[in-house]
Amino acid sequence: MGAFDSFSAFLAMGDHGVYVWSAYAVGAAVIAFNVITPRLHRQRLISDHKRRMRREQR
Amino acid sequence: MWQAFVRWFHKWSSPKWFYTMSQPWSFWLGWAATLIIASALVWGLMFAPVERLQGNSYRIIFIHVPSAFLSQAIYAAIAVLGLVGLVWKMKLAFFVAKQCIPVGASMALLALVTGAIWGKPTWGTWWEWDARLTSMLVLLLLYFGLWALHNAMERPESGDRAAAILALVGVVNLPIIKFSVEWWNTLHQPATLKFTEAPPMHPSMLIPFLMAIVGFYLASMAWVLMRTRLEILQRERKSRWVEDELNRFAEGQ
Repeated sequence: MGAFDSFSAFLAMGDHGVYVWSAYAVGAAVIAFNVITPRLHRQRLISDHKRRMRREQR
Repeated sequence: MWQAFVRWFHKWSSPKWFYTMSQPWSFWLGWAATLIIASALVWGLMFAPVERLQGNSYRIIFIHVPSAFLSQAIYAAIAVLGLVGLVWKMKLAFFVAKQCIPVGASMALLALVTGAIWGKPTWGTWWEWDARLTSMLVLLLLYFGLWALHNAMERPESGDRAAAILALVGVVNLPIIKFSVEWWNTLHQPATLKFTEAPPMHPSMLIPFLMAIVGFYLASMAWVLMRTRLEILQRERKSRWVEDELNRFAEGQ
Protein backbone atom coordinates (compact mmCIF):
# COMPACT_ATOMS: atom_id res chain seq x y z
CA MET A 1 0.00 0.00 0.00
CA GLY A 2 2.02 2.94 -1.27
CA ALA A 3 4.76 3.79 1.19
CA PHE A 4 3.53 1.22 3.75
CA ASP A 5 3.78 -2.56 3.94
CA SER A 6 0.28 -3.10 5.34
CA PHE A 7 -2.86 -1.29 6.43
CA SER A 8 -1.86 -1.60 10.09
CA ALA A 9 1.52 -0.07 9.27
CA PHE A 10 -0.36 2.78 7.56
CA LEU A 11 -2.46 3.35 10.68
CA ALA A 12 0.59 3.15 12.94
CA MET A 13 2.59 5.71 10.86
CA GLY A 14 5.86 4.40 12.31
CA ASP A 15 5.32 5.36 15.92
CA HIS A 16 3.77 8.70 14.94
CA GLY A 17 0.18 7.54 14.35
CA VAL A 18 -1.21 9.51 17.29
CA TYR A 19 0.34 12.75 16.03
CA VAL A 20 -0.51 12.36 12.34
CA TRP A 21 -4.11 11.20 12.87
CA SER A 22 -4.95 13.75 15.56
CA ALA A 23 -3.62 16.54 13.29
CA TYR A 24 -5.77 15.27 10.41
CA ALA A 25 -8.78 14.95 12.74
CA VAL A 26 -8.45 18.64 13.61
CA GLY A 27 -8.19 19.35 9.87
CA ALA A 28 -11.43 17.43 9.27
CA ALA A 29 -13.10 19.39 12.09
CA VAL A 30 -12.05 22.70 10.52
CA ILE A 31 -13.45 21.62 7.13
CA ALA A 32 -16.71 20.53 8.83
CA PHE A 33 -16.94 23.92 10.59
CA ASN A 34 -16.57 25.75 7.27
CA VAL A 35 -19.14 23.55 5.52
CA ILE A 36 -21.75 23.45 8.30
CA THR A 37 -21.84 27.04 9.63
CA PRO A 38 -23.04 28.56 6.31
CA ARG A 39 -25.86 25.99 6.23
CA LEU A 40 -26.94 26.96 9.75
CA HIS A 41 -26.74 30.64 8.78
CA ARG A 42 -28.93 29.97 5.75
CA GLN A 43 -31.55 28.16 7.85
CA ARG A 44 -31.56 31.02 10.37
CA LEU A 45 -32.09 33.55 7.56
CA ILE A 46 -35.05 31.55 6.24
CA SER A 47 -36.71 31.12 9.65
CA ASP A 48 -36.19 34.83 10.45
CA HIS A 49 -37.77 35.67 7.10
CA LYS A 50 -40.77 33.41 7.75
CA ARG A 51 -41.30 35.00 11.18
CA ARG A 52 -41.20 38.47 9.62
CA MET A 53 -43.73 37.44 6.99
CA ARG A 54 -46.14 36.07 9.62
CA ARG A 55 -45.84 39.24 11.70
CA GLU A 56 -46.64 41.38 8.66
CA GLN A 57 -49.72 39.34 7.79
CA ARG A 58 -51.27 39.87 11.22
CA MET B 1 -9.22 50.61 -20.97
CA TRP B 2 -9.63 52.61 -17.76
CA GLN B 3 -13.31 53.13 -18.45
CA ALA B 4 -13.80 49.43 -19.02
CA PHE B 5 -12.15 48.80 -15.66
CA VAL B 6 -14.40 51.34 -13.92
CA ARG B 7 -17.49 49.75 -15.46
CA TRP B 8 -16.31 46.28 -14.40
CA PHE B 9 -15.60 47.56 -10.88
CA HIS B 10 -19.03 49.14 -10.58
CA LYS B 11 -20.77 46.02 -11.77
CA TRP B 12 -18.95 43.79 -9.29
CA SER B 13 -19.48 46.24 -6.44
CA SER B 14 -23.25 45.76 -6.74
CA PRO B 15 -24.38 43.16 -4.16
CA LYS B 16 -27.12 41.87 -6.46
CA TRP B 17 -24.73 41.32 -9.38
CA PHE B 18 -22.22 39.66 -7.07
CA TYR B 19 -24.92 37.43 -5.58
CA THR B 20 -26.06 36.22 -9.00
CA MET B 21 -22.62 35.77 -10.54
CA SER B 22 -20.95 34.12 -7.55
CA GLN B 23 -23.29 31.15 -7.37
CA PRO B 24 -21.64 29.01 -10.09
CA TRP B 25 -18.23 30.17 -8.87
CA SER B 26 -18.72 28.91 -5.33
CA PHE B 27 -20.15 25.65 -6.68
CA TRP B 28 -17.29 24.85 -9.05
CA LEU B 29 -14.55 26.13 -6.75
CA GLY B 30 -15.98 23.91 -4.01
CA TRP B 31 -15.92 20.79 -6.19
CA ALA B 32 -12.47 21.50 -7.60
CA ALA B 33 -11.18 22.03 -4.06
CA THR B 34 -12.74 18.77 -2.83
CA LEU B 35 -11.12 16.77 -5.63
CA ILE B 36 -7.71 18.41 -5.33
CA ILE B 37 -7.53 18.23 -1.52
CA ALA B 38 -8.72 14.61 -1.48
CA SER B 39 -6.09 13.51 -4.01
CA ALA B 40 -3.36 15.57 -2.32
CA LEU B 41 -4.05 14.05 1.10
CA VAL B 42 -4.36 10.46 -0.15
CA TRP B 43 -1.06 10.95 -1.99
CA GLY B 44 0.56 12.68 0.97
CA LEU B 45 -0.62 10.19 3.58
CA MET B 46 -0.26 6.91 1.67
CA PHE B 47 2.11 7.27 -1.26
CA ALA B 48 4.66 9.97 -0.44
CA PRO B 49 7.84 8.35 0.91
CA VAL B 50 8.72 8.56 4.58
CA GLU B 51 10.98 11.44 5.57
CA ARG B 52 14.52 10.47 6.54
CA LEU B 53 14.84 12.47 9.78
CA GLN B 54 11.29 13.00 11.03
CA GLY B 55 9.69 9.71 10.04
CA ASN B 56 5.97 9.81 9.30
CA SER B 57 5.17 12.83 11.50
CA TYR B 58 6.29 15.04 8.59
CA ARG B 59 2.99 14.15 6.83
CA ILE B 60 1.39 16.84 8.99
CA ILE B 61 3.06 19.33 6.59
CA PHE B 62 0.32 18.66 4.00
CA ILE B 63 -2.22 20.50 6.16
CA HIS B 64 0.03 22.59 8.40
CA VAL B 65 1.68 24.74 5.73
CA PRO B 66 -1.44 25.24 3.53
CA SER B 67 -3.49 26.39 6.53
CA ALA B 68 -0.69 28.73 7.67
CA PHE B 69 -0.47 30.21 4.13
CA LEU B 70 -4.22 30.72 3.94
CA SER B 71 -4.48 32.29 7.40
CA GLN B 72 -2.04 34.99 6.24
CA ALA B 73 -3.38 35.40 2.70
CA ILE B 74 -6.94 35.80 4.02
CA TYR B 75 -5.77 38.36 6.57
CA ALA B 76 -4.08 40.35 3.79
CA ALA B 77 -7.31 40.14 1.76
CA ILE B 78 -9.32 41.46 4.72
CA ALA B 79 -6.97 44.44 5.05
CA VAL B 80 -7.15 45.26 1.30
CA LEU B 81 -10.95 44.87 1.26
CA GLY B 82 -11.20 47.07 4.36
CA LEU B 83 -9.14 49.77 2.66
CA VAL B 84 -11.31 49.54 -0.48
CA GLY B 85 -14.42 49.76 1.68
CA LEU B 86 -13.16 52.78 3.59
CA VAL B 87 -11.83 54.68 0.56
CA TRP B 88 -14.57 53.95 -2.01
CA LYS B 89 -17.41 53.43 0.52
CA MET B 90 -18.07 50.08 -1.10
CA LYS B 91 -20.28 47.99 1.14
CA LEU B 92 -19.73 44.76 -0.77
CA ALA B 93 -16.01 44.94 0.08
CA PHE B 94 -16.99 45.11 3.76
CA PHE B 95 -19.34 42.13 3.38
CA VAL B 96 -16.60 39.99 1.85
CA ALA B 97 -14.07 41.17 4.44
CA LYS B 98 -16.41 40.25 7.30
CA GLN B 99 -17.05 36.75 5.96
CA CYS B 100 -13.33 36.17 5.42
CA ILE B 101 -12.87 36.33 9.21
CA PRO B 102 -14.28 32.91 10.27
CA VAL B 103 -12.50 31.16 7.39
CA GLY B 104 -9.18 32.87 8.16
CA ALA B 105 -9.53 32.24 11.89
CA SER B 106 -10.20 28.54 11.32
CA MET B 107 -7.06 28.36 9.16
CA ALA B 108 -4.93 30.11 11.80
CA LEU B 109 -6.28 27.75 14.46
CA LEU B 110 -5.55 24.71 12.27
CA ALA B 111 -1.99 25.93 11.62
CA LEU B 112 -1.38 26.45 15.35
CA VAL B 113 -2.88 23.14 16.49
CA THR B 114 -1.21 21.00 13.80
CA GLY B 115 2.04 22.85 14.54
CA ALA B 116 1.75 22.01 18.24
CA ILE B 117 1.00 18.36 17.45
CA TRP B 118 3.95 18.21 15.05
CA GLY B 119 6.19 19.98 17.56
CA LYS B 120 5.80 17.25 20.18
CA PRO B 121 7.62 14.41 18.34
CA THR B 122 9.96 16.80 16.48
CA TRP B 123 11.04 19.34 19.12
CA GLY B 124 9.88 17.52 22.25
CA THR B 125 7.44 20.28 23.16
CA TRP B 126 3.92 21.33 22.21
CA TRP B 127 4.55 25.02 22.64
CA GLU B 128 7.43 27.44 22.99
CA TRP B 129 7.27 31.23 22.98
CA ASP B 130 9.16 31.16 19.72
CA ALA B 131 8.79 34.22 17.45
CA ARG B 132 6.94 32.34 14.69
CA LEU B 133 4.56 30.60 17.08
CA THR B 134 3.85 33.79 19.03
CA SER B 135 3.20 35.92 15.93
CA MET B 136 0.81 33.24 14.60
CA LEU B 137 -1.01 33.30 17.94
CA VAL B 138 -1.26 37.09 17.57
CA LEU B 139 -2.79 36.54 14.11
CA LEU B 140 -5.47 34.26 15.60
CA LEU B 141 -6.20 36.84 18.32
CA LEU B 142 -6.50 39.55 15.62
CA TYR B 143 -9.14 37.41 13.88
CA PHE B 144 -11.05 37.05 17.18
CA GLY B 145 -10.76 40.81 17.70
CA LEU B 146 -12.16 41.54 14.23
CA TRP B 147 -15.13 39.24 14.80
CA ALA B 148 -15.75 40.71 18.26
CA LEU B 149 -15.77 44.25 16.80
CA HIS B 150 -18.47 43.27 14.29
CA ASN B 151 -20.60 41.81 17.07
CA ALA B 152 -20.01 44.68 19.49
CA MET B 153 -21.44 47.41 17.28
CA GLU B 154 -25.10 48.31 17.29
CA ARG B 155 -25.05 49.34 13.62
CA PRO B 156 -23.37 46.87 11.25
CA GLU B 157 -21.86 49.79 9.28
CA SER B 158 -19.90 50.88 12.36
CA GLY B 159 -18.65 47.32 12.79
CA ASP B 160 -17.46 47.30 9.18
CA ARG B 161 -15.44 50.48 9.64
CA ALA B 162 -14.00 49.57 13.06
CA ALA B 163 -12.94 46.11 11.83
CA ALA B 164 -11.36 47.62 8.68
CA ILE B 165 -9.23 49.95 10.81
CA LEU B 166 -8.13 47.13 13.16
CA ALA B 167 -7.34 44.94 10.13
CA LEU B 168 -5.14 47.68 8.63
CA VAL B 169 -3.29 48.24 11.93
CA GLY B 170 -2.77 44.49 12.32
CA VAL B 171 -1.07 44.22 8.92
CA VAL B 172 2.28 44.90 10.68
CA ASN B 173 1.99 41.38 12.07
CA LEU B 174 2.23 39.77 8.59
CA PRO B 175 5.90 40.66 7.87
CA ILE B 176 6.69 39.72 11.47
CA ILE B 177 5.28 36.23 10.83
CA LYS B 178 7.13 35.93 7.53
CA PHE B 179 10.54 37.05 8.74
CA SER B 180 10.29 35.67 12.29
CA VAL B 181 12.20 32.55 11.27
CA GLU B 182 15.00 34.63 9.81
CA TRP B 183 15.27 37.49 12.31
CA TRP B 184 15.19 35.32 15.42
CA ASN B 185 17.00 32.06 15.06
CA THR B 186 14.76 29.92 17.22
CA LEU B 187 12.77 26.71 17.17
CA HIS B 188 10.70 26.92 13.98
CA GLN B 189 12.46 25.88 10.80
CA PRO B 190 12.84 28.39 7.91
CA ALA B 191 10.35 28.47 5.04
CA THR B 192 10.11 25.30 2.97
CA LEU B 193 9.05 27.15 -0.18
CA LYS B 194 10.96 30.20 -1.38
CA PHE B 195 10.48 32.09 -4.62
CA THR B 196 14.21 32.50 -5.08
CA GLU B 197 15.32 28.89 -4.66
CA ALA B 198 14.38 25.47 -5.92
CA PRO B 199 12.33 23.63 -3.27
CA PRO B 200 14.39 21.16 -1.19
CA MET B 201 11.79 18.40 -1.57
CA HIS B 202 11.54 15.36 -3.78
CA PRO B 203 8.72 15.61 -6.37
CA SER B 204 6.91 12.69 -4.69
CA MET B 205 6.46 14.95 -1.65
CA LEU B 206 6.43 18.31 -3.41
CA ILE B 207 3.55 17.62 -5.83
CA PRO B 208 0.96 16.60 -3.17
CA PHE B 209 2.24 19.49 -1.02
CA LEU B 210 1.64 22.05 -3.80
CA MET B 211 -1.71 20.43 -4.62
CA ALA B 212 -2.78 20.78 -0.99
CA ILE B 213 -1.87 24.48 -1.04
CA VAL B 214 -3.89 25.05 -4.24
CA GLY B 215 -6.78 23.02 -2.81
CA PHE B 216 -6.85 25.05 0.39
CA TYR B 217 -6.87 28.29 -1.66
CA LEU B 218 -9.82 27.09 -3.75
CA ALA B 219 -11.75 25.80 -0.73
CA SER B 220 -11.27 29.07 1.14
CA MET B 221 -12.50 31.05 -1.88
CA ALA B 222 -15.57 28.83 -2.15
CA TRP B 223 -16.32 29.20 1.57
CA VAL B 224 -15.89 32.99 1.51
CA LEU B 225 -18.18 33.27 -1.54
CA MET B 226 -20.83 31.08 0.11
CA ARG B 227 -20.68 33.12 3.32
CA THR B 228 -20.72 36.45 1.48
CA ARG B 229 -23.86 35.45 -0.41
CA LEU B 230 -25.63 34.88 2.93
CA GLU B 231 -24.22 38.12 4.34
CA ILE B 232 -25.71 39.94 1.31
CA LEU B 233 -29.12 38.37 1.98
CA GLN B 234 -28.97 39.39 5.62
CA ARG B 235 -27.75 42.95 5.13
CA GLU B 236 -29.89 43.73 2.05
CA ARG B 237 -33.04 42.02 3.32
CA LYS B 238 -35.08 45.21 2.90
CA SER B 239 -34.57 45.25 -0.86
CA ARG B 240 -37.13 43.69 -3.16
CA TRP B 241 -34.93 41.12 -4.89
CA VAL B 242 -33.65 39.71 -1.58
CA GLU B 243 -37.20 39.32 -0.33
CA ASP B 244 -38.06 37.40 -3.50
CA GLU B 245 -35.01 35.20 -3.03
CA LEU B 246 -35.88 34.47 0.62
CA ASN B 247 -39.47 33.67 -0.37
CA ARG B 248 -38.11 31.23 -2.92
CA PHE B 249 -35.95 29.58 -0.20
CA ALA B 250 -38.86 29.44 2.25
CA GLU B 251 -41.09 27.73 -0.31
CA GLY B 252 -38.39 25.27 -1.29
CA GLN B 253 -37.87 24.17 2.31
